[in-house]
Amino acid sequence: MKSAGRGLITVVLALAASAAFAHKPSDSYLAVSVEGTELSGQWDIALRDLDFAIGIDDNGDGDITWGEVKAHHADIAAYALARLKLRSGGADCPVRATEFLVDDHSDGAYSVMRFEGACPAEVETIEISYSLFADLDPQHKGLLRLEHGSGTRTGIFSPERATQSFELGRMSALTQFLDYAREGVWHIWIGFDHILFLLSLLLPAVLAFGDGRWRAVERFPPAFWDVFKIVTSFTVAHSITLSLAALGVISLPSRLVESAIASSVVLAALNNVFPLVHGRRWMVAFFFGLVHGFGFASVLRDLGLPQNALLIALVGFNLGVEGGQLAVVSAFLPLAYWLRATWLYRRLVFMGGSLAIVAVAGTWLVERAFNMKIITP
Amino acid sequence: MSTIRTYTIGTVTDCLRALALASLAVAAYAAPYVPSDDSRVLEHLPVRPSDPIARELRKLRADLAASPRNRATAIRLAERYFALANAEGDPRYVGYAQAALKPWWDLPAPPLDVLVMRAILKQYSHDFSGAMQDLTAATREDPENARAWSWRAAIDMVQANYEQARKDCLALRKIVSDLYAVGCIAYLDGTTGKAGAAYRALSETFALSGDDSPEMKVWVLTRLAEMSLRVGNVKQAEENFRTAYFEPINDQFLLAAYADFLLDQERPDEVIPLLVDWVRSDILLLRLALAEKALKAPKAGEHIEALRSRFEAAALRGDKLHQQEEARFNLYLLGNKEKALALAQENWKLQREPRDARILLEAALAMKNPAAAQGTLDWLERSGHEDPGLRATAQRLKASKR
Repeated sequence: MKSAGRGLITVVLALAASAAFAHKPSDSYLAVSVEGTELSGQWDIALRDLDFAIGIDDNGDGDITWGEVKAHHADIAAYALARLKLRSGGADCPVRATEFLVDDHSDGAYSVMRFEGACPAEVETIEISYSLFADLDPQHKGLLRLEHGSGTRTGIFSPERATQSFELGRMSALTQFLDYAREGVWHIWIGFDHILFLLSLLLPAVLAFGDGRWRAVERFPPAFWDVFKIVTSFTVAHSITLSLAALGVISLPSRLVESAIASSVVLAALNNVFPLVHGRRWMVAFFFGLVHGFGFASVLRDLGLPQNALLIALVGFNLGVEGGQLAVVSAFLPLAYWLRATWLYRRLVFMGGSLAIVAVAGTWLVERAFNMKIITP
Repeated sequence: MSTIRTYTIGTVTDCLRALALASLAVAAYAAPYVPSDDSRVLEHLPVRPSDPIARELRKLRADLAASPRNRATAIRLAERYFALANAEGDPRYVGYAQAALKPWWDLPAPPLDVLVMRAILKQYSHDFSGAMQDLTAATREDPENARAWSWRAAIDMVQANYEQARKDCLALRKIVSDLYAVGCIAYLDGTTGKAGAAYRALSETFALSGDDSPEMKVWVLTRLAEMSLRVGNVKQAEENFRTAYFEPINDQFLLAAYADFLLDQERPDEVIPLLVDWVRSDILLLRLALAEKALKAPKAGEHIEALRSRFEAAALRGDKLHQQEEARFNLYLLGNKEKALALAQENWKLQREPRDARILLEAALAMKNPAAAQGTLDWLERSGHEDPGLRATAQRLKASKR
């Protein structure tokens, strides 16, 4: 609270006067997030400070309105971004403002500027030079929060410490591998189209078709090997196309891929109701597996592929997908085998389930082919 | 089945973790928004651009921008900003004042006027040793520099260097009028066990001086009120506080001391009207929240949260300027005794005025840890400081056992 005094011309009043730090000093809050070569961030700067630097209260009434702030967004971006330099590996990483908002901090309203940019190469060390208000208020500080896959760091910028370097470090190969494997599992778990396709092929595994009707298999091994063949061929097939697409060897429009996936589900389920292909369902699994692989590839692309660890990401994601599938299968098979002879399984689960899958996947097909929303996948 | 279950649980924990992270992020950086209306007022500037002060500052800044090495303009601008910092309690202005002195700020031996101004700005940021160095150089260069001597006395008092403070006051006696010299000595005596004599000396000299500027009156009356409390004269203290309060200037130090007095007298209801318009000031908001808590007033919770976020912001910045208040906040508003004690101990290393002693003794008593405040107990003996409340706390602390 107190400084030693208040420095009135009346000298002795210096003694025990003044509640100096009644207010919070000037700070800005800078959040920077680094992902591969991409930078994004948010910079909160007090409106009072901006007004002092570039003048925002245009009508001079002592009140800063949203309209006045909006009119100065370009000035704010130009002023602030000229005083923030992000560099990596000796090269500049230019950023540009993308969005402007407002936030209330404990000491008043702040302009919130979001920004994006990129470095020429994968960022391993980032050097940040901060000189906002350094010429106007040497007591001003910039409070940095730096986010990276390897963790979160903080820093405090002041004129004495205007340039600071942060070693981001590579994520360990294992962490990266596990990250992508988890994404693979997650995608199977939330990717109903893949699960439904697999289920459509698996439902008949505990049954055998003959004389125009389905009947329960007598022993477990044939059912197991049937499932094994289906899952393996599906896996091999989608691994091939996933790799080819992820590496950029083949690229297909996503609307086509998504529609083809939906039709694969429809056809696989229809085949249970009106059997055309039986006994060789693994070939169906292989053929359509090629299509599903393209779908996985688009997810992987959305996650962002680290150029320095392409193989790790690809293998990790693929194994994650397999793990997810295996979990579905190992839950399904014993249950189905146990129930295979019952009316419940053959009528309700097998027939009813297949018809329901046809209905759901048919709707997806229409949605995806004609780009409309009926239900959400 | 087990495979499914484990990874369902994995998914749920992932979601929970994501939620926890998201809420953390929200806590640290509250949700930004886009106002719906252009005319919505987001911020009030403390000084209107059309205000005469603002106009004068603009003119000085323009002059300085035209010739940044014009020392007279730079000093004038720094003085204006420093006065504004005191009036508004806003440290931004100290930064602006420092910026005005930029060409000289890092010089080992700047001109005398810069040296003194630089010292004043340094002590404001609690760089007491840096300030003292500059002031020593200033008084060596100009032994008749009253301003430098009085700031030396002020810093020596804050750091409890009483012998040195006496030398500063004596040096002042030769160069300024009686009231200032007597005020300096009375301030020292009033802190070091001679409050009764100091009271008489200061009040008599003040009456004779004929100085009736509100600033001087508030300063003298606040000191007299403090001295009254030290000799146990509550009625006299209140009279002095009230007279000072009705002077036509705002003085945050007076308001804080008066509010503390009312809180000690268990009259929190009278604190509310005193401070209700001062929520922007951290130190006064602390007193207001203490009063509201005592009264179980509905605003208490909101004000405690506001203080918490301000202390968090200061911690984020790495500031240690608020430790005395933060200790008090932790002890009486959060009930966090350990943290209060740690803060009060840290604060005592830098600042050793009676208020700093009080919070350390009280926090140590709450923790029943006399050893933690040994330095303060020693100070109490050595200085002879009389405050009955402080002495009673010290006695209870010494008698307390872990």
